Amino acid sequence: MHKIIKKEIFSDTIKLLEVEAPLIAAKAKAGQFFILRIDERGERIPLTIADQDREAGTITTIFQEVGRTTKELGKLEPGDYIADLVGPLGQPSEIKKYGRVACVGGGIGIAPIHPIVRALKEAGNEVITIIGARTKELLFWEEKLAALSDRLLVCTDDGSYGHKGFVTDMVGEVAAEGKVDRLWAIGPLPMMRAMAATTKPLGIKTIVSMNPIMVDGTGMCGACRVSVGNETKFACVDGPEFDAHLVDFDLAMRRMEYYKEEEKIADEAGSCKCGGGCGCHS
Amino acid sequence: MSQLRAKTKHAMPAQDPKERITNFSEVALGYDEKLARAEAERCINCKNPQCIKGCPVEVPIPEFISLVKEGDYLGALKKIKTKNNLPAVCGRVCPQESQCEKYCILGKRGDPVAIGRLERFVADYELKQDSDDTTMTKAPPTGKKVAVIGSGPASLTAAGDLAKMGHAVTIFEALHVPGGVLMYGIPEFRLPKDVVQKEIDKIKELGVEIKTNFVVGKLATVDELLEGGYDAVFIGTGAGLPYFMNIPGENLNGIYSANEFLTRTNLMKAYDFPNHITPIKVGKRVAVIGAGNVAMDAARTALRLGAEESYIVYRRSEKEMPARLEEIENAREEGVQFKLLTSPVEFHGNEDGVVTGMTCIKYELGEPDASGRRRPVPIEGSEYKMAVDTVVLALGQGPNPLVPKTTPDLEITKWGTICVDEETGATSKPGVYAGGDIVTGAATVILAMGAGKKAARAIDEYLRSK
Repeated sequence: MHKIIKKEIFSDTIKLLEVEAPLIAAKAKAGQFFILRIDERGERIPLTIADQDREAGTITTIFQEVGRTTKELGKLEPGDYIADLVGPLGQPSEIKKYGRVACVGGGIGIAPIHPIVRALKEAGNEVITIIGARTKELLFWEEKLAALSDRLLVCTDDGSYGHKGFVTDMVGEVAAEGKVDRLWAIGPLPMMRAMAATTKPLGIKTIVSMNPIMVDGTGMCGACRVSVGNETKFACVDGPEFDAHLVDFDLAMRRMEYYKEEEKIADEAGSCKCGGGCGCHS
Repeated sequence: MSQLRAKTKHAMPAQDPKERITNFSEVALGYDEKLARAEAERCINCKNPQCIKGCPVEVPIPEFISLVKEGDYLGALKKIKTKNNLPAVCGRVCPQESQCEKYCILGKRGDPVAIGRLERFVADYELKQDSDDTTMTKAPPTGKKVAVIGSGPASLTAAGDLAKMGHAVTIFEALHVPGGVLMYGIPEFRLPKDVVQKEIDKIKELGVEIKTNFVVGKLATVDELLEGGYDAVFIGTGAGLPYFMNIPGENLNGIYSANEFLTRTNLMKAYDFPNHITPIKVGKRVAVIGAGNVAMDAARTALRLGAEESYIVYRRSEKEMPARLEEIENAREEGVQFKLLTSPVEFHGNEDGVVTGMTCIKYELGEPDASGRRRPVPIEGSEYKMAVDTVVLALGQGPNPLVPKTTPDLEITKWGTICVDEETGATSKPGVYAGGDIVTGAATVILAMGAGKKAARAIDEYLRSK
């Protein structure tokens, strides 16, 4: 059982939880993730590690409420417990001194970009961080990332804050100013696909972090398979980070859609007082 | 009476096939006391019993059967437990026909004694009574600590034996429940999870500590465990890596590895969706590729999840199917259909990326291959299309690479399995032992248990000499 230490609400749907997990906190590296199961009936979902506090023995995750499990998670308060946390999973980001690097966080992807920004900076890179979201309310951690980066650029699709436009536009500008030696882009699949399309002609080596459906997270089930350069990889053990220019995003998007109906049923069952037990949801 | 000894073993009561495909309850219901006593009476207590020879964990079979004859069921169980920590599991899933029962003298002129069914009976007898009478005695504490990685049959056996020998044992399990394949793989209707749980509880009663959600290779490496105070390590991480076919369309939605299909159903209880939140999708026509025990489990699970037609698609013939005869019969009784000498070469999907069919090719059998079985040879021009909504790939599993990859001085084979001394399970790394599917590649529960047993003995010797 893992105790929730802190909760922050960034918007109606975006929340932060800091959870006791001393062993994971001690080992987590930039780019890794964890899997949680809220309770006995819960599903196992992968979430990104946004931060860790080794001394306090906690990890921080930021999530968007999109379905049954993330909504249930959003209802938990400090002092509540999460049954199972397992991690750190996946390969860490390949951190070294590249020179001038860009880190792009789109929407909820702002959270996992944070430890990567920090690690790249510590490795001696010039780090330009770009964060963007649909609208102002969905942005967070601007100050925190500004403090770690050499430069921070902010944009919103609707122009409600920062530059009006997409993170891809910002990358175009940054690349026009000088060579980008490596770029990380984390966010929703359409954003990462657009980023891959933007950086390929610019010749910028681009890394994306895939977040497909997973079950065990240790390479046992293959639910998380992604096609990278026409080779099947398991995001949980081979990834989650892959070369953006080799990832088959269309396949990844279709695989994310497979349980849409079931996700709706589970969500409805979750909002009904019966918790799914009344039998009218299946 | 003995002259009238029945030539056939007593049948085990089972759920009717029509009924059982509508539920996940156990198919085989087990002997009652009367049947068990009658079956035990069939054992002639021969002078030179061969049955024990067929048992990888050396259960004193004639002795326990004699106690069943006398009605001393707990005594019988205690006898079994001197060698076997998981009798309720073994009584259900061991391939007795190719082990103990194969050597039974009665088998020469009829059926052998139903040793497995008797083992199950006495184990269930205790579980039903919640009796602790057979908890094994432990040797005095040795002060030595052993880390056991994984909690499947090999690890549970090693852990139980090491605890009995007086060592302090900690099991590290990656999933949220211990049991490995017994929990995530073998379906409820063949091996009820509460039975597995009770046997695990018995092992805990021996003082074994179990840490779940602990991925060795991530949270700690083998070296870190050794540096952190463990005097020896047993690796029993199993064959957790599903094989795929590498043919076009394989990543379409609706194509599951057997591991995923069974894990969602068994471990995550997707059959109880949305009461349990993990979903699973099963269409009307399900094709399971492969013909081992896992394939039979998947094909039978598909029926229970609502499939109207469930197919086993296998490129060799019936004779080469690796599944136990009993499992094949169970599947057939339940309506699973067999498409033999057939295998897919491509999967097709719709615009949503969901599988709708597959192109299959027919095979004929040629000369024997390295496995000794006749090699399937594709028949040119025999391709045809088969409509399916769900595909389960049950092609076998490879060794899980997580631990080997993070233990630099561990010698591994080109297949990724760990090299060990067969008699002791000792690896190339001092103090580190391995057993089960991580050494042999995917095999059976009982072979893994046998390996766990040998390794425990060797670890005990190693620790006492240290």
